[in-house]
Amino acid sequence: MTAMTAPSLTRGLLDGPGPSFGDHVVVDGPLPVVDLHTLVQEAALMGRGGAGFPTATKLRSVAAAAASTRRAPVVVANGSEGEPAAAKDATLLLLAPHLVFDGLALVAGSLGATTAYLAADPALLPALSAHLADRSDPVGVRLHPVAYAFLSGEESALCAAIDGKPALPRTKFPPVRERGVGGRPTLVLNVETLARLALVARGSTLAAASMLVTRRMEIGGTPWVDVVDVPLGTPVGDVLRLDDAQAVLIGGYAGTWVEAAEAAQLRLDRDSLAPAGAALGAGVLAALPADRCGLAETARVVGHLAGESAGQCGPCLNGLPRIAAALELLARPLTPPSGLLRDVKRWSGLLPGRGACSHPDATVRLVASTLRVFSDELARHRAGRCRGRSARPFLPVPGRPQ
Amino acid sequence: MTRLTVDPIACTGHGLCAELLPEGISLDEWGYPMLAAGELPPDLLRTAKKAAAACPVRALRLRDDVRLG
Amino acid sequence: MTGVVLWYLNRATGITSLVLMTLTVVLGTVVRRHGRIPGLPRFAVQGLHRNVGLLSALLLVTHVGTAIVDSYVDIGVSSSFVPFVAGYRPFAVGLGTLAVDLLLLVLVTSLLRNHLPLRLWKAVHLTSYLLWPLAFVHGITAGTDLGGGWLLVLVIGCAAAATWASLAALAARRNTPPSAERAAAAVTVTSDAFSTGTPVRVFRNG
Repeated sequence: MTAMTAPSLTRGLLDGPGPSFGDHVVVDGPLPVVDLHTLVQEAALMGRGGAGFPTATKLRSVAAAAASTRRAPVVVANGSEGEPAAAKDATLLLLAPHLVFDGLALVAGSLGATTAYLAADPALLPALSAHLADRSDPVGVRLHPVAYAFLSGEESALCAAIDGKPALPRTKFPPVRERGVGGRPTLVLNVETLARLALVARGSTLAAASMLVTRRMEIGGTPWVDVVDVPLGTPVGDVLRLDDAQAVLIGGYAGTWVEAAEAAQLRLDRDSLAPAGAALGAGVLAALPADRCGLAETARVVGHLAGESAGQCGPCLNGLPRIAAALELLARPLTPPSGLLRDVKRWSGLLPGRGACSHPDATVRLVASTLRVFSDELARHRAGRCRGRSARPFLPVPGRPQ
Repeated sequence: MTRLTVDPIACTGHGLCAELLPEGISLDEWGYPMLAAGELPPDLLRTAKKAAAACPVRALRLRDDVRLG
Repeated sequence: MTGVVLWYLNRATGITSLVLMTLTVVLGTVVRRHGRIPGLPRFAVQGLHRNVGLLSALLLVTHVGTAIVDSYVDIGVSSSFVPFVAGYRPFAVGLGTLAVDLLLLVLVTSLLRNHLPLRLWKAVHLTSYLLWPLAFVHGITAGTDLGGGWLLVLVIGCAAAATWASLAALAARRNTPPSAERAAAAVTVTSDAFSTGTPVRVFRNG
């Protein structure tokens, strides 16, 4: 397929010519020279790593830190995809790696960085290495393998891992933007953010206004998982088939449940999701089929999340296992021990803001939404019944059979 | 404004801080400190410094913030 | 001062200092293990550890001083800090000198605790586990009257206390798994406890 003038302006992240460098150059054109700060500011690009932080602000802070500490900054493309339910980073790195490398080159150039990393699943690195060999960026990109851990993509944990230390979050004084990899100011950006940046630099107005969504649903009882590029503001009902769904998990395992009927009224943007207690997060949209028990599904996930705690902070180390064990009990079609819900609420209140990272905060939010959205199911379980009819788990949990 | 902060990674729940500064620190059910929010009242500053010095792992610190965040 | 008085003073301060150092070590391990002494708040245990340590150091000044002043034994000023240069029982005395050197380091770093990197303070503080045996062996080899009776009981008691305390501290350290394993272990323990209805213990993060 031959390219027309500037198709990058209208193309989605995943509609590109494929991973070959030759095709990329032909279709997307060379990397333009741009004033990155202005560009990113005007495009109002928000991070796609889950926190949704404005990229312009991050870029500015690292530039400022580099200037004040007089140390050359480091840039890191974060493709760790610690979110088990998401597949967008892996898909992007498979289909459009050169957009990611372009974005990385742009930020490295803009900041005067002398070191660049791309962190990703070890399985993706051989192909990425081959793609890198076709490029001649001024700052060579070092590939860093990231073994799965829910917290592997947390900025400070990732920087520690790159430094050869255990991949554990550390306290934010000072933040990685001031002291990160090798003690230098470090800019960590999600690979999707960088890819969008590469398209924005080429004049695309759509790129900053879309997001990659990992869809998980069942169609006629058959599991369906894919990644689609969707404009922000799209109704959830246009992205997911909700007919047979009872609830939607929005964001990922650091996200929240919303009832299907309510989700059908929501759009994929901050203003629409926030009042429903949801956020875009890692871009996962999972439609829970009618024949599943939401409590059992979430209990499995929360059990995993509790085990994925870094174990560094007392409240998290104590609170999450207790909440997880409680959910396990609540997931059974039995009358739970008296006061269990009250205990869960109390433990949940003890966690936000008391750890070195936001893992416990996010898990507590997920649990709260679970107990709210599946309150009918809680009542059913107390009466010895459960709506779950399928033995097959819906939400993927690493280390457990799918 | 001076604030009390606890390094959650360094803190192992010894609890001396809550004994020395009960007006500003209480312990949760697992023995880990919960700090009263906001600025440290000036009359508690001296006691707070003692509490910070007493922490066996130096997790309790006094921080000066010109602005938050 | 007559030689006999100096000798008795040296002996008394030496023994008392050893007892107080033993107590210091025991109290230090109690704090380390998040332990309690019945009736005492935690900050009091810590305060005692500090003050008893300081007191034992003070007694040592007299102990070393009387040895130097006493002309009966050939122990000069240099022996306060330089080991194995004394004329009298050089090895035994030298062990004591080493103990004093270490104690000085521990003391200074502890007084300057808030101004030093925590790792440095901790590394020096851990030499207390070497300091105590040095002082102990010095005591039983440099002293001349260990033969029998109350002094022997006291010395054995100190050894037992210090050994127990050190082993307890080591056990506490062993029982704290490294970060990476803690969460998974906590989840398993809690899950089991909930299903059997037993209380869940507090998990320590260090």
